[in-house]
Amino acid sequence: MFLFSLVCSGEIFELKAELNSDKKEKKKEAVKKVIASMTVGKDVSALFPDVVNCMQTDNLELKKLVYLYLMNYAKSQPDMAIMAVNTFVKDCEDPNPLIRALAVRTMGCIRVDKITEYLCEPLRKCLKDEDPYVRKTAAVCVAKLHDINAQLVEDQGFLDTLKDLISDSNPMVVANAVAALSEIAESHPNSNLLDLNPQTINKLLTALNECTEWGQIFILDCLANYTPRDDRESQSICERVTPRLSHANSAVVLSAVKVLMKFMEMLPKDLDYYGTLLKKLAPPLVTLLSAEPELQYVALRNINLIVQRRPEIMKHEMKVFFVKYNDPIYVKLEKLDIMIRLASQANIAQVLAELKEYATEVDVDFVRKAVRAIGRCAIKVEQSAERCVSTLLDLIQTKVNYVVQEAIVVIKDIFRKYPNKYESVIATLCENLDSLDEPEARAAMIWIVGEYAERIDNADELLESFLEGFHDESTQVQLQLLTAIVKLFLKKPTETQELVQQVLSLATQDSDNPDLRDRGYIYWRLLSTDPVAAKEVVLAEKPLISEETDLIEPTLLEELICHIGTLASVYHKPPSAFVEGSRGVQHKRLPCSAGSGESVDSPETSSTAGVSDAPPAVIPSQGDLLGDLLNLDLTPTTTGPPPPAVSTGMQLGAMDLLGGGLDSLLGGDLGGNPAIGAGFGAAPAAMPASFGAPGSGGLDDLFDLGSGVGMPMGAYSPPKSVWLQAMKAKGLEISGTFARRAGVIQMEMTLTNKAMSVMTDFAIQFNRNSFGLSPAGPLQVLTPLSPNQSIEVALPLNTSGPVMKMDPLNNLQVAVKNNIDVFYFSCQYPISMLFVEDGKMERQIFLATWKDIPNENESQFQIKDCHLSSDAVSNKLQGSNIFTIAKRTVDGQDMLYLSVKLTNGIWVLAELRIQAGNPNYTFLFPLPISSRYLLESFSKIPLIFFFL
Amino acid sequence: MIGGLFIYNHKGEVLISRVYRDDIGSMELSGSCVGGWLERNAVDAFRVNVIHARQQVRSPVTNIARTSFFHVKRSNIWLAAVTKQNVNAAMVFEFLYKMCDVMTAYFGKISEENIKNNFVLIYELLDEILDFGYPQNSETGALKTFITQQGIKGQTKEEQSQITSQVTGQIGWRREGIKYRRNELFLDVLESVNLLMSPQGQVLSAHVSGRVVMKSYLSGMPECKFGMNDKIVIDKQGKGGATDDAAKSGKQSIAIDDCTFHQCVRLSKFDSERSISFIPPDGEYELMRYRTTKDIILPFRVIPLVREVGRTKLEVKVVIKSNFKPSLLAQKIEVRIPTPLNTSGVQVICMKGKAKYKASENAIVWKIKRMAGMKESQISAEIELLPTNDKKKWARPPISMNFEVPFAPSGLKVRYLKVFESKLNYSDHDVIKWVRYIGRSGIYETRC
Repeated sequence: MFLFSLVCSGEIFELKAELNSDKKEKKKEAVKKVIASMTVGKDVSALFPDVVNCMQTDNLELKKLVYLYLMNYAKSQPDMAIMAVNTFVKDCEDPNPLIRALAVRTMGCIRVDKITEYLCEPLRKCLKDEDPYVRKTAAVCVAKLHDINAQLVEDQGFLDTLKDLISDSNPMVVANAVAALSEIAESHPNSNLLDLNPQTINKLLTALNECTEWGQIFILDCLANYTPRDDRESQSICERVTPRLSHANSAVVLSAVKVLMKFMEMLPKDLDYYGTLLKKLAPPLVTLLSAEPELQYVALRNINLIVQRRPEIMKHEMKVFFVKYNDPIYVKLEKLDIMIRLASQANIAQVLAELKEYATEVDVDFVRKAVRAIGRCAIKVEQSAERCVSTLLDLIQTKVNYVVQEAIVVIKDIFRKYPNKYESVIATLCENLDSLDEPEARAAMIWIVGEYAERIDNADELLESFLEGFHDESTQVQLQLLTAIVKLFLKKPTETQELVQQVLSLATQDSDNPDLRDRGYIYWRLLSTDPVAAKEVVLAEKPLISEETDLIEPTLLEELICHIGTLASVYHKPPSAFVEGSRGVQHKRLPCSAGSGESVDSPETSSTAGVSDAPPAVIPSQGDLLGDLLNLDLTPTTTGPPPPAVSTGMQLGAMDLLGGGLDSLLGGDLGGNPAIGAGFGAAPAAMPASFGAPGSGGLDDLFDLGSGVGMPMGAYSPPKSVWLQAMKAKGLEISGTFARRAGVIQMEMTLTNKAMSVMTDFAIQFNRNSFGLSPAGPLQVLTPLSPNQSIEVALPLNTSGPVMKMDPLNNLQVAVKNNIDVFYFSCQYPISMLFVEDGKMERQIFLATWKDIPNENESQFQIKDCHLSSDAVSNKLQGSNIFTIAKRTVDGQDMLYLSVKLTNGIWVLAELRIQAGNPNYTFLFPLPISSRYLLESFSKIPLIFFFL
Repeated sequence: MIGGLFIYNHKGEVLISRVYRDDIGSMELSGSCVGGWLERNAVDAFRVNVIHARQQVRSPVTNIARTSFFHVKRSNIWLAAVTKQNVNAAMVFEFLYKMCDVMTAYFGKISEENIKNNFVLIYELLDEILDFGYPQNSETGALKTFITQQGIKGQTKEEQSQITSQVTGQIGWRREGIKYRRNELFLDVLESVNLLMSPQGQVLSAHVSGRVVMKSYLSGMPECKFGMNDKIVIDKQGKGGATDDAAKSGKQSIAIDDCTFHQCVRLSKFDSERSISFIPPDGEYELMRYRTTKDIILPFRVIPLVREVGRTKLEVKVVIKSNFKPSLLAQKIEVRIPTPLNTSGVQVICMKGKAKYKASENAIVWKIKRMAGMKESQISAEIELLPTNDKKKWARPPISMNFEVPFAPSGLKVRYLKVFESKLNYSDHDVIKWVRYIGRSGIYETRC
């Protein structure tokens, strides 16, 4: 324990003395202390020469410690690191194989160019060492060297030596060589480095039976990259891999599953062996579910993929996915997902009983998902719909707020799927109208009321009640309310004229939201010009929604199947989405099935044929729908042909505005997506492929893009300022500001074309910044910007981008591209934008944290000339997500204790003192040292609020 | 591959930090760290986002700024593996568990104190079992031969090459030249029986997950063969051999859904002949794991009856029935009956054992030391509730049970374990063998 308690800097001298001591034991203790300091993050690089001096020793333990030190500091002291080379070279000749291996292993970890030169000769010897322990270490060392200097490795011919090691007599050497070669091959996508042919495959399969569990994983992962020549070879490899399914190590099992899933593609389906193999896959997958929870999670994420690709494997295993009371939440949520996928007519009764049970659990997310799952079952298994609806009604009776809201959202979907069947439940739903406080649930309820207005006697009253607080509703609800009232009017025109007038004027005259305004105008014009046409449009029959939801897009699924067991399969994202650089960017594909008589030329044909007879239609969840219709491809990762359902949607959209386009707009579940405007712009022009084309006429103006202005919210947003001057950017002027709206950070910009020519092809990119801000989607400028035109764009941002500290902290460097050039500018965003909604710290924690911060960390400053009461201040701050935790009054002085949480999880606490009658406020900031750098920029923010 | 490995205490302080790859250091937040040592940013990111996260952990894999963190927790200690690549996720977790096993084998419980006291050893182990992020031989048996914290001065050349051949060899789990005066082996069949039952007594799901744990003290390099009443094997023998024998044993055979083996078992042989043959490690290890779902003997049945009397009272009656041979005794029986959060008082009457209301655990815990087969016992309780205006209904967690029985609920029987050692002069008959069956409750729940 004492080793960890070193603090002062004077100890460096002490350590220096001890390191140079004659006594071996003292020396060793000193090195231990150095390593301990290193571990806790102290800089002990000053001791470099003294530590290196201890290297010459026959004490292996001491040697290892010195090596550990070297690995970490050599890079910062490259010149001194050379001092160590001699010892390394000498150790590589040591009679003891353990020392030879240690030397070559450590040398590879020292990433100093000068050292690598000296590494080549010893490495060459070690690769041919008589001892397998040294050879297996040297094999990995080639990969290390390649990472530092790829050219050197190629020039020195190490790759060939490494290839030779695949034929080594020792299985562990083979495994490490395979691992090293696989890694090197990844950074050379086109090289034929891992020249897999039937002979090498045979060698690998032999080594597979004999090497360690880890070695088996390396080999299996490598095998998965091979493409057998024909179904015979494929079968014989499968036969030799199947025994691995009984291995105790789950990773071995999953890697074996990957190989089998991939090679199975090549087997003819009528083959007996194919059936046998399918049967063999289920038990090991089920066994994985009795592993530790973390592994269960990995297994479940993979089973989710496998079930989508080959549903037949797990179709009888529903019970194993039943949730246990004590499962960690991440396991529960995944199990639920798979249960829905496996639900069928045969097991629906059981599944429903389970889901109902889950809906009474504690975890809110889980309960919501369970309720949603009941709805999905209703849509998926028609025979069960009635039972699902009655289950949902039971749940609504519980009156648990979030359960009720979730249930209403799914009942809306059920109505879409089975129109005119379950309307009897509407009365029950209406009873719960008052308890709905989430936009999605409110919108769903309003949709139901509008859709069935003719059967609800007091529909007008219900809708009117929503209208009162129209401006406080979210866009989603406003849009839905507008449509519902228009529907009501068309159904009962006599009594509701006043209501429809009211909503149209609210939407068109009093609203800042362009989407809402535009939709209002369309209705207004429709109603005033041709009520019959309006009826046909607004009350048109809606297409039924498809039964399968949330399926992974087939080409992505294929790629993910090739990555079973890896992170990609856990994230359900291709490696290119989360791996930087060249590694893993290659897209893997399943092999084409051979021998089954199908055409094998295009992977697409075989893949669709491989899934099932009728490939399931993918319907994206709300909001994305239009994006996908227009093939905007918001997720750049999904590639390949659009699934059938989507393509029919495209045709509809392109047909004509009134028949198709509006129909989908009125579909009911399209929230305030800026893409809606774009959808209209493109569709009537009958040019679905080119959005940028001019000439879509008046409608284009009507639906002018983006929701630039947005609704006014509590959060402070500075006025727009000019970021990019037209002079510096060939005529493009950008002014903008930042705002936080409904929990989403938005960059709101006005793009003005002050040049003489049309601007098109806008795109935006951010440099790394302090809080990882990055655009959540592409810049939505879909029409060309003609001279002297300006456009409002709101770009939603997320904070998952790469992080780099900027100076000042809130500086953001932006690159904007158009058809003319790329322009750079930098702007500063208000830190208040990063304050998240759940920034209210619990009182206890606040108190404890506050006490923990030493006084010397406090800093304070004053705000002058403010005339607000403490309550008003508190309210105002709350609007910007600065929460008042407690208030105290001492001697006529009000003290507010405030907490704020930033998007990156940093908490900031503050005390605000307000003296009655004194217009000057005092802010007190106790700050943990780590976030001190925040102070400077943070301190400026509250000032701004008061001068609003 | 794994880019780095960190061990934290519950406060999020780093106890151990080993970086294998530079790439995880490229999270440029503060350029203050020297030479990439201690990738403070990765370290801090994990602390802030996971250890200090306000919400319960939503996933064991976290992606922060394009860096993936895998973590497992052992008591108060967090182990985190960090990577920027598309690694084999299952392997990383298996490795983290293995790392815990190795540490436990070296210094006992994984606690902050033990880790701090053994940090040099841990670094030495990490250097050996992970090379450039690739897991290497991590069998404790082999590791203990050369990572001793004693130095390796005394080793002769033969000893050194023996070590390396064992670490890299085909039989990495056993060293040559082991000698015992008495050749002895202990075989434990440990089963945990899991049940989820509906209030009406319908079995929603039930399975047994079993382990065969072996302690072997055998000389030389013995070849072992293990046999059990596996239905597939017995049916196969039945077809070939005497029919009456098959009929007799066929009744007792069990259907094994799936099994996995220690790496010493020859898997290809199991796949082709379904025979389990191996050279065992020395000392204790887990030979196999298996899972069965058919014809499970459920040792206890729980019959709950919960009645709500008005808004402030609950009446609970629970009957348990033991369902095995009357000559056998179940032990350590514990029934846990959850109570609502607003419980103000509880009165319990039970026929057997002791029952207590534990307010801190929100449950009535009923303990019975011993209970013979084919018996029945009952508890009844009256629960007083405080009136609340909480609209949310009580979730009614299931009634869970713990017990231990001296038989295998799956019906598994060890038929033989043969030992062959051709070089040394002892035969199968000279080996003393002990077999024991223990059935325990896994998650044994009845909804009420």
